[in-house]
Amino acid sequence: MVQAMWYTGHEVIHGIGCLGGVCGACATVYRMKGDFRLRNALACQTLVQDGMSFSMLDSYPIQRAHYDVAALTDPKEELFTFYPESATCRNCNACTEVCPQGIDVRDAVWRANFGDFKAVAELTMSCVMCGLCVSRCIAEMAPHEIALYARRAYGAKELPFPSNLKTRLGEIEAGTFSREMNHLLSLSPAELKKECEVKS
Amino acid sequence: MSDLVESFYSRVPVLDETPPPALSPEDRQRLLKSYYPDYRPEGKATLRVGPNAGTVVPEEIATLLESRSRLQGSRIIPDHPDREVDVLIIGGGGAGITAALYAAEQGVSVLLATKLRVGDSNTVMAEGGIQSALGEGDSPVEHFRDTFRGGHGENDPTLLSVLVSEGPRMVEWLVSRGILFDRDPQGNLSLRKGGGTSRPRLISAKDYTGLELIRVLKEDVVNSPVEILEFSPAVELLQGPGGACAGAVLWDLDSRKNFFVKARTVILATGGTGRLHLGGFATSNHFGATGDGLCMAYRMGAKLVHIDSFQYHPTGVIFPSEMAGMLITEAVRGAGARMYNLLGRRFVNELETRDVVASAIIRECSEGRGVPTPSGAFGVYLDLASIDRDAGEGTVTKRFPNIVKLMTRHHVDPTKVPILVYPTLHYQNGGIRTDENAHTSIPNLLVAGEASGGLHGTNRLMGNSLLELFVFGRRAGLEGSKEARERPPFSWKEVSLAHVENFEQALAREFEGAERPIAPTLFPDYRRKDS
Ligand SMILES: Cc1cc2nc3c(=O)[nH]c(=O)nc-3n(C[C@H](O)[C@H](O)[C@H](O)COP(=O)(O)OP(=O)(O)OC[C@H]3O[C@@H](n4cnc5c(N)ncnc54)[C@H](O)[C@@H]3O)c2cc1C
Ligand code: SF4
Ligand code: SF4
Ligand code: FES
Repeated sequence: MVQAMWYTGHEVIHGIGCLGGVCGACATVYRMKGDFRLRNALACQTLVQDGMSFSMLDSYPIQRAHYDVAALTDPKEELFTFYPESATCRNCNACTEVCPQGIDVRDAVWRANFGDFKAVAELTMSCVMCGLCVSRCIAEMAPHEIALYARRAYGAKELPFPSNLKTRLGEIEAGTFSREMNHLLSLSPAELKKECEVKS
Repeated sequence: MSDLVESFYSRVPVLDETPPPALSPEDRQRLLKSYYPDYRPEGKATLRVGPNAGTVVPEEIATLLESRSRLQGSRIIPDHPDREVDVLIIGGGGAGITAALYAAEQGVSVLLATKLRVGDSNTVMAEGGIQSALGEGDSPVEHFRDTFRGGHGENDPTLLSVLVSEGPRMVEWLVSRGILFDRDPQGNLSLRKGGGTSRPRLISAKDYTGLELIRVLKEDVVNSPVEILEFSPAVELLQGPGGACAGAVLWDLDSRKNFFVKARTVILATGGTGRLHLGGFATSNHFGATGDGLCMAYRMGAKLVHIDSFQYHPTGVIFPSEMAGMLITEAVRGAGARMYNLLGRRFVNELETRDVVASAIIRECSEGRGVPTPSGAFGVYLDLASIDRDAGEGTVTKRFPNIVKLMTRHHVDPTKVPILVYPTLHYQNGGIRTDENAHTSIPNLLVAGEASGGLHGTNRLMGNSLLELFVFGRRAGLEGSKEARERPPFSWKEVSLAHVENFEQALAREFEGAERPIAPTLFPDYRRKDS
């Protein structure tokens, strides 16, 4: 779709980011000739077809919670402080149907409500934050923001701190590697190349 | 469309798994010298003006650096700046956001101006992961050695020691913000092996590492006191007393007006140059990667380093053609994917460094062993099916869901058929010369991320650039706010574009009045010319 815009001489700025299907800048709504249904897509990933008409939604207005993930104390309860609308999901499944990433968005919202943040993380890892789900939600919530909250709370508060990272941080703190590092830094360029087995 | 794909794939030969011949150090050198674009004489120019005059660089880089300003006509500075801040950060990718978060924590006023939306950047596209020496039997010292070897010993050792030593601490920062890196069953961060490293050291979030980073950091910066201006690329830096940097001119893409910012320090975090399509190569980079920071800083007199050195990622998709340039992460080769030429033979060890693998692919294609595509390009097969054979059915889908999703959309199932690949312009190894506190050679102008140079030498190892964003983004944010506090007050009257005038005069002298192009271009123009 983006290439088609260029082909017809249009400059596209709002609606392009990565051109690689990950940044979510190119959310687009389209319709095919003779079909009343509205469809959605990421414009950089979708081939134009005869009779297609489309319009880019370069950003969909949303309400984003203002929170500091480190300061959360009871993330599962606090979800309803930051996103009370999350509890008003009416199970219509429009969000899931529209998602260009094939995410079961409705399920993710319910899992978030039930406090199963691990499942939210697994379900929504590929979310590109395009906001198309918001555009269709009859409860007018922003499912992708709710999912982001749940994923972050899961990572920062539920998962134990990784022990290999903890060990390495402790060793660095204790200066375990300083002597060797200082030795490397004291070498002349030629000696350093030799020491590091540079091949040229 | 799928007919084209089907007929293309009906011609795949039998793939012979016999290992390719091993390369001696001399073979590697010969291969690089003969085929790697950095070492080829064609398409090069010698810089004639500016701090790096005399350096041989790709023509497109010479065009970028030896260019005239977008501000033509009378260069009148308005009576008052449109905004006045302590720290101006230019570029909203990983480096810029990190610098902004750390600077704001110091209590200074911060403005983050970016070309598209915050996060529309190369950072969001990163798939493979971040290097951090966390394994048993690994250490920052081993990380240093591997990187120095990979960078051909051209890396700045001080920058490199900071990177490897502070890396784990920045990973801690990311984990504490709720970024979900893959874990092993014991809850450790999973470590994978990338090309050119002696130990598994890559931490990742499936193949969505950059997306996961940006989703989280963007939320934090939006929720922070940092003021954000989107669709507002910088087009020129401003000069203050003593030749120091004093702000920038932004161009509001929507109102089409200049916006003057007076700042006590400026941090450039504008990223790379892929969209300049050096040598006509396709690119993996985002739409705004046009080297603006290099161009603006060069005019001001900032010294660049290794600006003749670029990374061509060996495995960019080349068929179907609408996917050209899209990257297939190196992690697939780490996981056991193999490459085959037209004859169905392996031709290079897939775990050689990126430059060696890319050169080998270019060699196969230029010696008639490349696979032709319907649009007249050439490539080689990258077969992921061997990963599933080695590590069990379903591994590809589980570890590389994004590749499977994107390829399948274009009717190619990478768990069954090989992907056709060719090198794609991926990363600018060099950039604006910097020190361990992110200084450039211009006072009060700092730099972080891909726009900076020196750390990676002449070949970056996978995963080190993401790490760099956080390590040096933080340092730039802290140093930038400190300098902003310490800088003596100066008046708007002392602010000018004199450096631009001087640079253009030097251009006119050296090129004897011949018209020079205007830069930064901000975006590539792919519109059909006669439309
Ligand atoms: C497809 C892909 C995959 C990658 N995979 C990996 C990986 O697995 N591991 C790894 O370590 N590295 C990887 N890299 C490299 C890494 O992602 C980048 O080097 C890094 O993200 C650069 O970050 P940055 O903040 O310096 O620049 P960017 O993230 O590119 O951000 C620069 C920002 O500045 C903006 N900008 C540009 N010009 C201006 C201007 N004039 N005014 C205002 N704003 C401007 C841009 O729009 C952009 O938002 C990958 C890169 C790509 C393209
Ligand atoms: S969940 Fe919503 S924001 Fe995320 S990719 Fe799907 S439609 Fe887009
Ligand atoms: S669209 Fe809204 S109301 Fe409908 S299922 Fe999704 S979240 Fe619930
Ligand atoms: S431009 Fe980034 S997803 Fe389409």
